[in-house]
Amino acid sequence: MEPIDLDLEESELELPSEPMHLNMGPSHPAMHGTVRIVLELSGETIVKSDVQIGYLHRGFEKMCERGTWTQVFPYVDRLNYVSPMLNNVGYALAVEKMCDIQVPDRCQWYRMILGELARISDHLTCNGAMAMELGAFTPFLWYIKAREMVWDILEEETGARLTHSFGRIGGMASPPTPALKEMCRTAIPAILKLVEEGEGMLLKNRIFIDRLEGIGNISQKDAIALSWTGPCLRSTGVPYDVRKAHPYLKYDEVDFDVPVGTSGDNMDRFLVRLGELRQSARIILQACDRMPDDGPVNVDDPRVILPAKGDVYTTIEATIQHFKLVMEGAKVPKGECYSYTEGGNGELGFYLVSDGTGTPWRVRIRPPCFPITQGLSDLINGGMLSDIVPTFGSLNMIGGECDH
Amino acid sequence: MSVRALEALKNRFGDVVVETHSDWGDDTAVVKAESWKEVCRFLRDDPSMAFDMPVDLCAVDFPERSPRFEIVLHLYSVGKRQRLRLKARVGDAEGDDAAIDSVTDVWVGVNWYERETYDLMGIQFKGHPDLRRILMYPEFEGHPLRKDYPANKTQPLVPYRTEEEAGLTLDKQAPFGIDEGMPFGRRTFDERDN
Repeated sequence: MEPIDLDLEESELELPSEPMHLNMGPSHPAMHGTVRIVLELSGETIVKSDVQIGYLHRGFEKMCERGTWTQVFPYVDRLNYVSPMLNNVGYALAVEKMCDIQVPDRCQWYRMILGELARISDHLTCNGAMAMELGAFTPFLWYIKAREMVWDILEEETGARLTHSFGRIGGMASPPTPALKEMCRTAIPAILKLVEEGEGMLLKNRIFIDRLEGIGNISQKDAIALSWTGPCLRSTGVPYDVRKAHPYLKYDEVDFDVPVGTSGDNMDRFLVRLGELRQSARIILQACDRMPDDGPVNVDDPRVILPAKGDVYTTIEATIQHFKLVMEGAKVPKGECYSYTEGGNGELGFYLVSDGTGTPWRVRIRPPCFPITQGLSDLINGGMLSDIVPTFGSLNMIGGECDH
Repeated sequence: MSVRALEALKNRFGDVVVETHSDWGDDTAVVKAESWKEVCRFLRDDPSMAFDMPVDLCAVDFPERSPRFEIVLHLYSVGKRQRLRLKARVGDAEGDDAAIDSVTDVWVGVNWYERETYDLMGIQFKGHPDLRRILMYPEFEGHPLRKDYPANKTQPLVPYRTEEEAGLTLDKQAPFGIDEGMPFGRRTFDERDN
């Protein structure tokens, strides 16, 4: 045994005075495995930070240029993978804008219901994960339990829990199931009750409040200049919501509010998401009341919609149409267009360039997380090391979308 | 909606605005690349424009055109609820000299967008404070979103094993063939003489 009470010289006990460099991520659990932050620390205070993304880059935009317009749907599922339905709807709307197609009313309500369900799932995941990263595991389980109900409905409708690939140009893959409305009306009160229970556990907890209030503030002006959208922008008090400012589908016919915060700190972002979740529940219930039970879901447009299977086997016209749509893809008129919808994290935009063929020339996604993650440095500089976790959690960075 | 913005741009800058269109309701102005920054500054500062949010910046590659690249900037005015698409064309057939002024000092939010455009398309942004790759690793060669970059090309940081090294028969030999990995590829651009 070596003696451990060695006489150390005093010089060896002095702490180094130069700033310490620290790598946070990509394997840090709070960094989603896809973000690395190189930090320069003075004690426990962050002096400088460099946020590096790209650990999940899968070449989404390059892949889109290789297939047909319809073959992009499975890729958009994998962008924001906690609300894939919103991406499906966003991309479908973008291509329909280029083709000058308006889907039938029933499909619009259907898309709204599925999209808002996905938004609920997105906000539940974000708030639950944020609480869990601060050590509150029970609310996380509560929120995941609520999300499970949402996913059960989506699974019933689309056949998949996560990657639905359910959108189609000019409609949806299949019409709503007869039980959709009943499932929504049953699940929503149960979800809201769970949300309230989780909220009660968190918002009366001194540790949770102290970790969130006044941390990660951003001003309205900075948030706009950084191109922030969605709950993160609304938490600063800017009431910009694409569904209100530039309504699409039937959002101008339903009654809902846009929750806004005041100071743009972590707590505001948390509360804005909870508020939006309740508004989404309101939208779903209104849409359930107004969605017709019968009628077409897909447009009657042979240029983009596959014919009925029975016709393919029995008529030559439908066979040819089916063959051309599958082999060459739907022909989208030549030109460029930018279509934007309100995704889970903000404005989800698709900038499409077509050369008139069945293959996209360029599909550019405007991922809402990308500029939001860009602002992370400004939020954490000058703060404490431990505040990175709630701040980063409140931004809701989704790796698939940020790194597309 | 923001046709006013297009008119104002034409009145203010005259010949700098090369063309405008409003297809699908998206108001678009193509401006000369050398005036890019000046136009951006005007769009942000002029009270009747007030485009305070840079929604997106990207580039599109047209290998058969000259100039080859289109830089596309989408702007939004939160106060006036108007949108505008601004484009500029840069680059020769090789794409080596594609460069344009950075507008990071006009909107701080385009910083990462410009880095991404540089990374994936190889466009230099003059005056950008930190022009590094953002999605690709630093050792990556080439710019993957260019049309002449093969989609199935691999650049492994660790070389593939040969059969001798592996000591067994490998069913796939790197580099994988043109018809493997992405069998649904419908177009190839071999050195732009397709």
